[in-house]
Amino acid sequence: MRRAGETRALIAAGILLAGLPLLVSSERWLGFSFLALLYALLGQSWNVLGGFGGQYSFGHAAFFGTGGYATAVLQARWGLDPWSGAALGVIMGALAGAGIGAVSFRYGLRGSYFALVTLAFAEVFRVVANSVAFTGGGVGILIPLRTDATNFQFADRRAFYYVALAFLAIAVAAAEWLTRSRFGARLVALRENEAAAQALGIDVFRVKLGAITLSAALAALAGVLYAQYFLYLDPAIAYGPAMSIAALLSPIVGGLGTVLGPLWGAVALRALGEATTELSGDAPGLNLVLYGILLVVMLRFLPEGIAGLPRRLHQALSAERHHA
Amino acid sequence: MLEVERLSKRFGGLAAVNGASMTVATGSITALIGPNGAGKTTLFALISGFLAADSGVIRLAGEEITGEAPHRLAAKGLVRTFQLVQPFAGLSVRENIAVGCHLHQRSRRAALAEAASVAARVGMAELLDRPAAALTAAGSKRLELARALAALPRLLLLDEVMAGLNPSEILAMIATIRAIRDGGVTVLLTEHVMQAVMSLAEKVYVLNDGRIIAAGTPAEVVADPKVVEAYLGHGAAERLAARQGMPGAAHA
Repeated sequence: MRRAGETRALIAAGILLAGLPLLVSSERWLGFSFLALLYALLGQSWNVLGGFGGQYSFGHAAFFGTGGYATAVLQARWGLDPWSGAALGVIMGALAGAGIGAVSFRYGLRGSYFALVTLAFAEVFRVVANSVAFTGGGVGILIPLRTDATNFQFADRRAFYYVALAFLAIAVAAAEWLTRSRFGARLVALRENEAAAQALGIDVFRVKLGAITLSAALAALAGVLYAQYFLYLDPAIAYGPAMSIAALLSPIVGGLGTVLGPLWGAVALRALGEATTELSGDAPGLNLVLYGILLVVMLRFLPEGIAGLPRRLHQALSAERHHA
Repeated sequence: MLEVERLSKRFGGLAAVNGASMTVATGSITALIGPNGAGKTTLFALISGFLAADSGVIRLAGEEITGEAPHRLAAKGLVRTFQLVQPFAGLSVRENIAVGCHLHQRSRRAALAEAASVAARVGMAELLDRPAAALTAAGSKRLELARALAALPRLLLLDEVMAGLNPSEILAMIATIRAIRDGGVTVLLTEHVMQAVMSLAEKVYVLNDGRIIAAGTPAEVVADPKVVEAYLGHGAAERLAARQGMPGAAHA
C-alpha cells in the first residue's frame, strides 16, 4: 500500500524531471535545475550510508572531491578522455570510501566518533590537495574548454541537465535497490539495532563497508559532474566542509532513508537559497541567516523530512475526522 | 549440542563467570538459573560470542567455537534473544522477522513471506504490520523469539523471555517454547520464572557467583541445600529444615 504510493511518486518525479527542460528554457532556471539535480545526487550518496545505514558522515567531501579531482587531473594533466576519467574518478572515490570505512568500522567507530573521523579525513585530503603540485595546489585546476559530447562538454545546456538526470537516476536506482534487497534490509537492521543485527547473523562490518563504498562511489559521481560542469576545482570547493554539509542537508530535510527524500530536499534547499538571496537584497550574509532560520523551522515541524509530509498530513486529517 | 568447559570471564577484579562447565543435550530444553548477579547473562554473552572468554572452551555440535563472532555463530545455527528486548524499532513486525529469514534467504520477497509463517508459529500473525516500537512487553518478547526462530537455529538461547509477562502470557509462552523444541530446536534458557523452569526444563544448571553449584532435574536442584542457600542466604537451608522439623521437636 505504502509501496505503491512511493512507486507512483517515483514515476511522476521521473516524468516531471525528464520533461522540465521542454517547459523552462531560461539559462537561469536550467542552471538552477542542474544544481538541484547535482545536490540531489550528492544527497542521495550520503543517504545510502547515513539514511539507510545510520552512519552519519561529516566528510562526504572526501569522496566528492576525490571523484572531481581524479577526473580533472587525469584529463588536464595526462590527457585522458573525460568519460574514462569519470569512470576512474568513481572507482577512486569508491576506494577512498572503502579505505576510510575499513579504518573507521574496523575499530567500531560509531555516532559522533565516526562523524569526526570522516570530517578529519576530508580536511586531510583538503590540506594535501592544497600542497601537492599535480592538483594545482591552492590555485586549483582548470579543465581546458573544448565543446564536444565526447569531451563531456555540451553546446546545449540541456544536455548537461540530462546527464545530471541520468546520474541521479543511477543513485535513485541504488536507493530503490536498497529497499528491495537483502543487503538493504541488513543495512537498515544494523541502523536500527546493531547488537540484534549481529545476533541474527549479520556481519555488520562487511555491510557497513559495502554501504560506504557504494555511498562514496555515488558522491564521486557527483564530484565528476561538478568538475565537468564548472571546468574548475580547488581544494576548498572539492574537499571543504561546505560540500560535506550540503551532502547531509538534502536527505535530512527531504527524508532520511527514503528513495526520493534527497531529491525533495535538494529542490527545497536550492529554492530556499534562491528565495533568501532575492529577499535579503544587498545585505551581505542576511540570506544565510534567513536560510538558517527556515531550516530550523522545517526540521522542527517536519522531523521526518518532506518525504514524511504525506503521512503526517494523513495522520492529522484522520485525527480531525476522529474528533468530528 | 553444546558443551561448555571451564569457561571464565573477569571484569577487573570481579570473576563474573568462574570455571563454569555445562552440556546441553541435542533436542533438550536446558535451563540455567541463579540469583541476580550470578553471571547468567555474562555466560550467555560468552556462549553467543558477544563477549570473549578469558579461558575455557565452547563447542557446538562437537566443533570448537570459542571466540567466534556472533554473526558467524548465528550462521552456524546458534541464535540468541536478549533479556532487554532489542527490536529494530523503526521497522514493522514483519520486517523485523524478515531480517532473521535473510540469514538463509536471499530474496526479499521470499523473506517477507516467510516472516508471516514464522509470526504465526509464535502467535503474532495479527501483528505483522504493526511497528515494532508499538508492541506490548509480551509482544516484544514474542518478537525476539520470532526473529531468532526465523534464522532457523539448531540451538536457541533464550535470555529471560518470560520476564515481565503476566501469568496467562507465561502459560502461552511455555506452550510456544515446548512447540519450538518439538520442532527439533535445542533450547537453552535462563529464567527467573520458576514455574516455567519446572515445567519446561529437563535439566537445570544453577549458577552462583560465576560457578555452577548444582545440576540435575528441576526437582533435584530445588531440593539441593546449596541452591536454597544461594537464593536465600547462608544458613537458610538449615533454618528451613529446622522449621519443618519443629512440630516433631516440640513433641519430643
